[in-house]
Amino acid sequence: MKEFIKRSEGLWLFTRSPAVMVAAVIAILIFIGAAFAPWIASVNPYDLGSFSLMDGLLPPIWQEGGISQFMLGTDDQGRDMISSILYGARLSLLIGLSAMAIATVLGVGLGLAAGFYGGRFDAIIMRIADIQLALPAILTALLIDGIARGILPPEVQQDLRVVVLTLAIALSLWVNFARTARASTFVEMNKEYVQAAIIMGQGPIRIMFIHILPNILGPLLVIMTVDLASAILLEATLSFLGIGLAADSPSLGTLIRIGMQFMLSGEWWILWIPTLFLVALVVSINTLGDFMRDVFNPGLR
Amino acid sequence: MFYFIYKRLIQSVFVMLAVAFLAFSLFRFVGDPITQMTGVETSVVDQERLREELGLNDPFISQFGRFTVDMLQGDFGYSFRTRQPVAEMIASRIPATLELGVVALLISLVVGIPAGVYTALRPRGVITQTILMTTLIGISIPTFVIGIMLIFLFGVQLGWLPTFGRGETVNIGFWESSFFSIDGWRALILPAVTLGVYQLTLTMRLVRAQMMDVMRSDYIRFATARGVPMRQLYFRHALANTMVPVITIIGLQFGGVIAFSIVTESVFQWPGMGLLFLESIRFVDIPVMGVYLVVIAFFFVVVNLLVDLLYVAIDPRLRV
Repeated sequence: MKEFIKRSEGLWLFTRSPAVMVAAVIAILIFIGAAFAPWIASVNPYDLGSFSLMDGLLPPIWQEGGISQFMLGTDDQGRDMISSILYGARLSLLIGLSAMAIATVLGVGLGLAAGFYGGRFDAIIMRIADIQLALPAILTALLIDGIARGILPPEVQQDLRVVVLTLAIALSLWVNFARTARASTFVEMNKEYVQAAIIMGQGPIRIMFIHILPNILGPLLVIMTVDLASAILLEATLSFLGIGLAADSPSLGTLIRIGMQFMLSGEWWILWIPTLFLVALVVSINTLGDFMRDVFNPGLR
Repeated sequence: MFYFIYKRLIQSVFVMLAVAFLAFSLFRFVGDPITQMTGVETSVVDQERLREELGLNDPFISQFGRFTVDMLQGDFGYSFRTRQPVAEMIASRIPATLELGVVALLISLVVGIPAGVYTALRPRGVITQTILMTTLIGISIPTFVIGIMLIFLFGVQLGWLPTFGRGETVNIGFWESSFFSIDGWRALILPAVTLGVYQLTLTMRLVRAQMMDVMRSDYIRFATARGVPMRQLYFRHALANTMVPVITIIGLQFGGVIAFSIVTESVFQWPGMGLLFLESIRFVDIPVMGVYLVVIAFFFVVVNLLVDLLYVAIDPRLRV
């Protein structure tokens, strides 16, 4: 085991940085908690019958009046905070991960093609990317969301909120992938293995995805991590602004928005526990992203 | 040099046309303007007549042409929601957002540049490490959470500062300013800090990276060897050469400030353009959304032109 760790540079660096290890543990715990929320959480916050108003506004267990059934207290509806947060994180991560996946596929595909074909195709894609890069992601996402509200018929709006939100976030994040993939593809294009594959008459799709893609994966992984954090933040921000998800299916951002109402009245846990949870999640993912950047770019160390 | 500015001007015109086109497409294709303008009781015949009168059956290009000419004359149409002219609605909100943005940008630069220089010059110091750790957390904390934390601390717990609105404003012509009253400044502090923190971390990191780069360069080593005093070395030789990228970020950050002001304005109920934009999204008020885009793009273009002119002023090589 020790030998193996020493041979892999990334793992070796990992064992040497406690902050990164803590971040990894937090991130993994949250992922597991979110993935298995229906089995871990004591109540289902979407099911109105599973909690009762009688349990409303109970403080966390270490504060006077807290009971062990609700370790982190309850909100005004009597929902267990732990359950709300786990379900909220589940939704946030679901949207974040799908948005990141869509952005990756779209961005890497376009970037690879732009780098491979060059010429006019490349120019068009990169102009679009430039324009979008000038607009901050939050503005793009808000705009796409607004357009969707205008186009979609009102009766499907509520059902499609998650899809719209995911697409809005994905479409505001693809640029990073496209630019990185394109730049790396340009470098790879001049290498002999690609030239050889072209001369052998292999198809462009095969060359792009079987030959070039595996060689440019490193930097893309870094962007995937960083963009996952951005996607989660974007979703939280949009939900907080009341543009994202509705209050009956709360994500972390919605929980924070709801908690704002209790800032003045002393029920601090309804606001601060989801906030702390969101920040912990994003900080650990960002820390992991920074670490991966160091691993893949030895020059920056 | 004139050619350079001329080229940039032409580019800016094209950017503005592209944005106007986007705004026009929004207005024309997202929902039907006629159904927005008329009620349920309007007959189909009347709807068709209105459509013809407004020229919505004309060729696309001539409609876009009319739209652009109207915009150039300051006619931005009417809001679907309030039935007021959009131009007035947005104009009354511009001062609030610009004042907030300028103060936030100033905070970002006044704190960010010295911090960046310091952390570059003392890369191993304890203070540097602390600052870097703080900025990593600062980048990860979403703007709205920073806002909530500031409201909680200074507004609720300590009760020092107001947590919403602009406070007392003074009218200077059409410009409603909060710069001229103590109450206005007090109301400005929390939102401006919230908006400035994220930009501050960006400024700091960029100045630091640039400064470290410059410090490694040959002319700095040579100057050190020549015995140039440290102070002069740092601030005349090194910092001057990091100024060009720093000005670039001011240009870029302006966009970030405007975009994130949407979030900040929502947290603090600051009556600026961002809040108006949010409301217009919620009510699918397409004309306001479109005009907001055009106005923002206009600010972008102007700021970027100014940045280009500043390059010429700062970097003598561009004056050839």
